[in-house]
Amino acid sequence: MIDVAIEWLGNTLLIVGAASVLIGGIGVIRMPDLYSRMHASSLTDTMATLALFSGLMLHSGFTLATIKLMAIMAFLLLTGPTATYALANAAFRSGIQPPSSTNTNNEEKSAP
Amino acid sequence: MTLDAFLGHFNYWVFAILLMIGFYAVIAKGNLIKKLVGLSIFQSAVFLMYISMSKVEGGTAPILQAGVIDPIYSNPLPQVLILTAIVVGVATLSLGLAIVVRINERYGSIEERELLDAD
Amino acid sequence: MTIVFALFLLTLLVVTALAIVRTKNLFVATMLLSIFSLLMAVNFFILDAADVALTEAAVGAGVTTVIFLSALRLTSQFERGTLASSRWIAVIVVVITTVLLISGTINTPNLGDPNAPVHQHVAPFYLENTEALMGFPNVVTAVLSSFRGYDTLGEVFVVFIAAVGVMFILDARQGTGPEYELPVDKGLKHHLIPRAVGGLLIPFMLLFGLYVQFHGEYGPGGGFQAGAIVATAFILYAILEGERTALKAFSRNAQMALIIGGSTLYGAVGVVCMLKGGTFLDYSVLMEDPVIARQVGIIIIELGVGMAVCGALLSIFHSFAARKPVEHAK
Repeated sequence: MIDVAIEWLGNTLLIVGAASVLIGGIGVIRMPDLYSRMHASSLTDTMATLALFSGLMLHSGFTLATIKLMAIMAFLLLTGPTATYALANAAFRSGIQPPSSTNTNNEEKSAP
Repeated sequence: MTLDAFLGHFNYWVFAILLMIGFYAVIAKGNLIKKLVGLSIFQSAVFLMYISMSKVEGGTAPILQAGVIDPIYSNPLPQVLILTAIVVGVATLSLGLAIVVRINERYGSIEERELLDAD
Repeated sequence: MTIVFALFLLTLLVVTALAIVRTKNLFVATMLLSIFSLLMAVNFFILDAADVALTEAAVGAGVTTVIFLSALRLTSQFERGTLASSRWIAVIVVVITTVLLISGTINTPNLGDPNAPVHQHVAPFYLENTEALMGFPNVVTAVLSSFRGYDTLGEVFVVFIAAVGVMFILDARQGTGPEYELPVDKGLKHHLIPRAVGGLLIPFMLLFGLYVQFHGEYGPGGGFQAGAIVATAFILYAILEGERTALKAFSRNAQMALIIGGSTLYGAVGVVCMLKGGTFLDYSVLMEDPVIARQVGIIIIELGVGMAVCGALLSIFHSFAARKPVEHAK
């Protein structure tokens, strides 16, 4: 009984993870400016990683593969948001402004 | 053309297409670094062909497993060749990029048309 | 289901390659090349080549991208147009060659056909005799280090030559003024997050590199992958802390010593085998039991390969990183 419940929970988590990747992908294409697009793609970094890897861990049970999956999940959770931060920082330093009421199109800074 | 023939040869067709995309970048682009990028795509396509040749249907990676009755393994020999080729590829790519850097310092540009006109 | 996934990945490869060739921004091309290498690594894994996938991911998606970015810093980031007249000739040549290549695959065996000629002659010998002659499971490492050890020796020498060549080309003195000294490092000092995360990751990367080095016989791994992973850890340290601090941690002389030591170790094992009465690189004469002797020989030469690859990749990176970009009046 508990096995069936764990398997169903694992499948649900996998579907949630796949849906997060899809939503993140649609967001990257449809969002208007750079910073919103990065925000959408960070959904893939965090939510999809957690959901997909938790689903895979539930499917593996108490084997060595679960510990390896946990290590990979920790690595991805560390490096994904760091990459998003580095990208946003580089974009800001090179002059792309976040949108405000007077700057709705990511215009460059006027003064260096 | 049957589905079986299509699925059985798709890897080789992708190899031919990637090979020619990389080759086009080498011959038709004027920027030296773009040519090296095209060469890198060319190399990766050749690796894809060799590894596609090594696959055996129903096989696993060629790491012997104890206690399995009548196992099927994929062919290890092309994998060994490609392992060496990948590292050699990055070595020659770095040499090529070093030469491009020196060309840029000497002539001020890495566009083929400007380099041919300069000398 | 795997077939659909494999077809989708191959189509993605073609799309990425087209995007790489079409874009005019070389930075975009480098990033797309990194994605291309990672997709290729996943493809290799689907085709049952675990060792090759690990090497392609570590070397292709990791080190190649860093070297391209270092070269882009020293040249320009944007590409101007192509030679207009020769473009149509190039397209015609490319299309004709593609049609010829595809027509050449018409009567070849299908993917995965076990009766294809490539699986008939040499490969069954390696698969049957590895357990008896070597005593460990990874057939690819056995073939790479022992059955075809000469090729690997040549490849270590090629990596050596490439590192020395880049050293000749890029370590030449640019000038004698004070602006050609290595600057006092900022590294990424004002960026807290990459430094914190990098500091967490570097010890684990080194540990993983050591694991891959010594477990090459029991799973995917070996000298090449381990050398690339350890080199990547040190490159990350150099990016975070700056060139001068990284050279204090691991100086150019130490890198050269690794390259020379690795190649010499490999050759020395071969010569010791000759001195003990066998032929060059015949490890079975090293000890009394030939199976244990082959395992010992393979561990030592894999260590040599790992040292040489690590030192060479690091040396190439530092050659690029220490060079000053030169401004030209256009």
